[in-house]
Amino acid sequence: MKRVVLAALLGAALAAQAETPEQILASYEAQARTRAPGFAGFSATRGQQFFSARHGSEWSCASCHGAPPTGQGKHAKTGKAIAALAPAAGSERFTDPAKTEKWFKRNCNDVLSRACTAQEKGDVLAYLLRSAR
Amino acid sequence: MRPVLLGVLLALPALSLAHDVPRVPPNPTYQAECGSCHVAYPPRLLPAQAWDRIMARLERHFGSDASVDEPTKRELSAFLSRNAGRRAAPAGEEPRITQTAWFVKEHRRANMRNPADCAACHSTLKGQ
Ligand code: HEC
Ligand code: HEC
Ligand code: HEC
Repeated sequence: MKRVVLAALLGAALAAQAETPEQILASYEAQARTRAPGFAGFSATRGQQFFSARHGSEWSCASCHGAPPTGQGKHAKTGKAIAALAPAAGSERFTDPAKTEKWFKRNCNDVLSRACTAQEKGDVLAYLLRSAR
Repeated sequence: MRPVLLGVLLALPALSLAHDVPRVPPNPTYQAECGSCHVAYPPRLLPAQAWDRIMARLERHFGSDASVDEPTKRELSAFLSRNAGRRAAPAGEEPRITQTAWFVKEHRRANMRNPADCAACHSTLKGQ
């Protein structure tokens, strides 16, 4: 609701970009269906495991975003506060697809030294959406 | 401690070239793109060629991927050169503010666990 009012105020250009976390999840699902032949849906449990694993690096996603991801995070290197990642925490998380993609690219690179797949992004988002306050 | 901190608060805005460079108007793109992982460091704390070196390798930025798209990069680079300072910066591909001679000198009495976390001691840089 709030988003609709804001979009109306800011004009049509922004309205085209503003999305809900569920819409972003749906677009990952569409990608996963075309790219992974055996795609069998997203799993919040798998997302949670992915989120707290180090994948052989210094950091896990939880190192900066916390576990559970409903509270304020803290950048593992600089100490800067990071607003909670789970949409339920009331932030504007996962409402701007370009921003979401930019951070998946950077953070997956830092933690896994590669891009995340649509399956991994969807699992993580499913986990974040399940994390209620 | 209190008086020292107050001194810092009062002194910060007047730092360095404040007399001949107008105060930098806040730049939303810079705040958003360069202020998400740490405070948005004031551009005047490094010279233009040091910012250029930093902007040239954002995909490997102090051990993190901080890459941005080309138009954003051009905008940030222009903003940084426009508002850069003139004091010398350390050599190397990743010049640090915290390794400039003036920084080390100013902070020789401070207890620095994490020197790059300016906001831990300078509340004027909080939320930036
Ligand atoms: C070194 C610290 C760090 C690590 C490790 C990290 N992140 Fe992040 N992440 C950040 C910061 C900083 C932001 C931007 C915060 C903001 O916008 O306030 C962010 C933002 C995000 C966003 C953007 C959400 C939105 O608003 O749309 C996503 C998605 C994300 N991170 C996923 C991950 C995943 C997945 C991992 C693990 C693979 C991870 N992060 C690991 C620091 C980190
Ligand atoms: C993805 C996270 C991230 C983003 C985005 C980011 N940085 Fe950084 N930056 C870091 C990390 C991590 C360090 C190292 C901090 C440390 O060593 O304590 C750092 C360090 C720095 C330093 C050196 C600080 C010192 O020690 O003196 C400068 C200058 C800097 N960044 C400028 C920028 C600029 C300009 C931008 C925007 C183009 C930017 N940063 C965006 C993560 C980021
Ligand atoms: C551990 C606390 C601490 C941290 C972290 C810190 N400072 Fe300082 N800073 C101080 C103190 C204390 C002084 C005053 C030094 C004195 O008076 O001897 C100071 C002085 C300064 C001054 C000089 C003020 C003047 O008198 O003109 C500047 C500029 C400054 N700091 C900028 C920064 C920046 C930028 C960062 C981050 C890159 C930073 N500081 C990180 C504690 C800190």
